[in-house]
Amino acid sequence: MNAADQYLKAIYLIQETENGPAATGAIADALDVSPASANEMIGKLADDGLADHEKYKGVSLTDDGIGRARDVLERYCIIERFLATTLEVEDYRGEATQIQAVVDQVVADRVDLIVDRQPDCPDCFLPDEDRCEYLEIPAEGGPAA
Amino acid sequence: MSVTDPVSSDRQIVRLLQMGIVLEEVVEARASKHYESLTSREDYEPDPAIQALLEEAGTESAEHRERLEALIDELGAETVAFDRIQTLVEERYSQPDPDAFDDILYDQLHGEESAYKFYDDLIAAIEASDAAFSIDRDRLLDTLEAIREEEAEGVREVTALMSEER
Repeated sequence: MNAADQYLKAIYLIQETENGPAATGAIADALDVSPASANEMIGKLADDGLADHEKYKGVSLTDDGIGRARDVLERYCIIERFLATTLEVEDYRGEATQIQAVVDQVVADRVDLIVDRQPDCPDCFLPDEDRCEYLEIPAEGGPAA
Repeated sequence: MSVTDPVSSDRQIVRLLQMGIVLEEVVEARASKHYESLTSREDYEPDPAIQALLEEAGTESAEHRERLEALIDELGAETVAFDRIQTLVEERYSQPDPDAFDDILYDQLHGEESAYKFYDDLIAAIEASDAAFSIDRDRLLDTLEAIREEEAEGVREVTALMSEER
């Protein structure tokens, strides 16, 4: 998952939560980057036809942007579910964020063969909790090293 | 969520190596299931080339798994038990269609291609990282590069067999 994909996922989730455009500051906060970096990437997404940026209103994903963001979110869900259920990693959310950049779609598709993802993915993703609503949090002190 | 250096700690390396092990185990388990499903059919006519491919895929994946396990062991972490992944694969395995040879070859190709892509991205992420790991970086990269090359060879073999079968 490259940087653009991470931005798409963040904007999509903010847009869904706010039911409207995502503020640049909120995007920068979600990704822990400076507003200047966020603006630069938002400009690239707009150039690629994936987002519209209106001054003082915020960023809205285009239909293409939403489609790609949902693919990215599904891929993230596969990684989270793999860490939580196959490896039984306690901090699966934190670790999914850390390794997502290295896991390409073709790899996630293969991992998806063994994770029990629900048909309504990614609509079951809870933005506030950064996880799928069906994913139970492993008990503390899980077996993962 | 943050846009961070993807591989900056032993823990991240461990998780990714564990994912590599699981990818190998999925190939191994699915090759075995494909073979079982082929030979159990009443109209089965042995195809030595496909049998050899499945056998080699299983053997090679088991060997890759052992090499990854050695790295994980050096990092002080645990592997992912094969029988666990085998069970997961079996739970979600669907019988190939009547034109099973095509399905099986496509699945093998998908397995080899995804493994190649995984190792390629992991190698690039390690090379781009300045982090110090508790495992020798050259040994880590040499092992991953050797496995990546074998996956590339696997892609070529499956592709050649697909051309012959047509």
